[in-house]
Amino acid sequence: MIELDKVAFSHGGGELLSDISMVVKPGSFHFLTGPSGAGKTTFLRLLYGDLIATAGQVRIAGKDTRTMTRDEVALVRRRIGFVPQNAVFLDHLPVAENVALPLLVSGRDAARAEADLSELLTWVGLAGHREAHPPELSGGERQRVALARAVITSPDIILADEPTGNVDWDMSQKILRLLVELNRMGKTVMIATHDIALIRAAKSQVQSRVLRIASRRLQLAGADL
Amino acid sequence: MTKLSELIALLMGEPQAEQVVPPTGFTAQLTSLSAAAMAFLACFALGLSVSTGRLADRWSSELAQSLTVRISAPAAERDARTEAALAVLATTPGIAAARALSPEEQRALLAPWFGSDLPLEDLPVPQLIDVTRAAGEPIDVAGLGLRLEAEVPGAVIDDHAGFRRPLVDAAGRLRALGWLCLALIAGAMAAMVTLAAHAALAANRSVIEVLRQVGARDSYIANAFVRRFTLRALTGAAAGATLGMIAMALLPPTGDEAGFLTDLGFRGLGWLLPATIPFLAAAVAFGATRLAALRTLRTMA
Repeated sequence: MIELDKVAFSHGGGELLSDISMVVKPGSFHFLTGPSGAGKTTFLRLLYGDLIATAGQVRIAGKDTRTMTRDEVALVRRRIGFVPQNAVFLDHLPVAENVALPLLVSGRDAARAEADLSELLTWVGLAGHREAHPPELSGGERQRVALARAVITSPDIILADEPTGNVDWDMSQKILRLLVELNRMGKTVMIATHDIALIRAAKSQVQSRVLRIASRRLQLAGADL
Repeated sequence: MTKLSELIALLMGEPQAEQVVPPTGFTAQLTSLSAAAMAFLACFALGLSVSTGRLADRWSSELAQSLTVRISAPAAERDARTEAALAVLATTPGIAAARALSPEEQRALLAPWFGSDLPLEDLPVPQLIDVTRAAGEPIDVAGLGLRLEAEVPGAVIDDHAGFRRPLVDAAGRLRALGWLCLALIAGAMAAMVTLAAHAALAANRSVIEVLRQVGARDSYIANAFVRRFTLRALTGAAAGATLGMIAMALLPPTGDEAGFLTDLGFRGLGWLLPATIPFLAAAVAFGATRLAALRTLRTMA
């Protein structure tokens, strides 16, 4: 569970987010919308300890991110899968090793997790690309590699920043289905997107809350979409 | 965990950690090459220190083992006074042997300055007595001097201290210079590895961000770089130290007149000393990279 209590974030003398309070409950599904530059990415980065609130508190599993050590932040990130808008990979490693990276850094035996890895690559439709290197992949394939990497450790929470931003409609539907499926497995999902069509398409698949960031504040946008 | 066991664990374990850092061929070769050059130089600096230490010890002990008594007397009385001096020396505790040098031996001592055909008997050259100290028994040199002065007029004792001290001091300073060279080499190597590590960390900023994103601790990320640089330094220094040892082993053998320069090198178990250079280089690289990596990661936080 992630709790935000009167959170604000300022950078470069300007306030990007202001007075945000909410609770991200386990198993919930959220969309986060808002115009470009509204602060969606900043909000997600606050949720997984990549940025520290300049006012208020962000508590992840009860721990205030302001007082966390670097090691504690690392441990928290193992429980939160993050799919960035423009995912960066280790280009010298093949897809399979990129996906298994979170296992490697957490000291888990990637060889023993081979079955899980193969299943995951099949699930995201990349079984035939396991030995390919990231520069050889298309935008949609890269997004799915990023998604697979985010969920390989079976995290409690998945944060996805514009996961369908660089892909066509069919591929965005496919990615959405994968995220919905993860939610059905009990994972908390939050997707930052400005794609209203995607949110509408999700309506028939999952019960979700739609939040909007506007004028630095978080609002519930939900029911009308 | 001690730093040494940390270093061993790093070298032995978690080879997967290193694979997350992209290979960098040219800088890797430069690091290894620099480590090899430093180790080669360190080998000679170490050889210098060890050799001068050995020389100082030898000069010190050889000269400390003997005394010389000089008897200046008219030719007619020289033998009698020599006998008297030998009698005094024979009853002095701490003296193992005392022997008057023969005219041939005295001539040989003066030969470098006056030539080998010196008519010694026509010159007022003092008679020399070579005194050997008994091992582990101190001699009261001052008391012996007073006895000789009283019983043998013209006898003067020389314990070589005036001659010995500057030589031993010089050798000691040379040895210290060798150690200073070693320290400078280690410092230069640490600086070189730090620069290379900084460059590698800066070049791999995006890799570090990915690793952090997927939950890598700073120590894991640092170890990935530390392991790489430590292994580079170890292999480079091993090659350099091996070449240095071969070069020193091929120096001309020591002869009676060869002196200090050709005596540069190691003997027996002393050869184990340069064999430690690669491990010291690895330890320096380990410390330098670890500090650089953790500092850089802190600033990137």
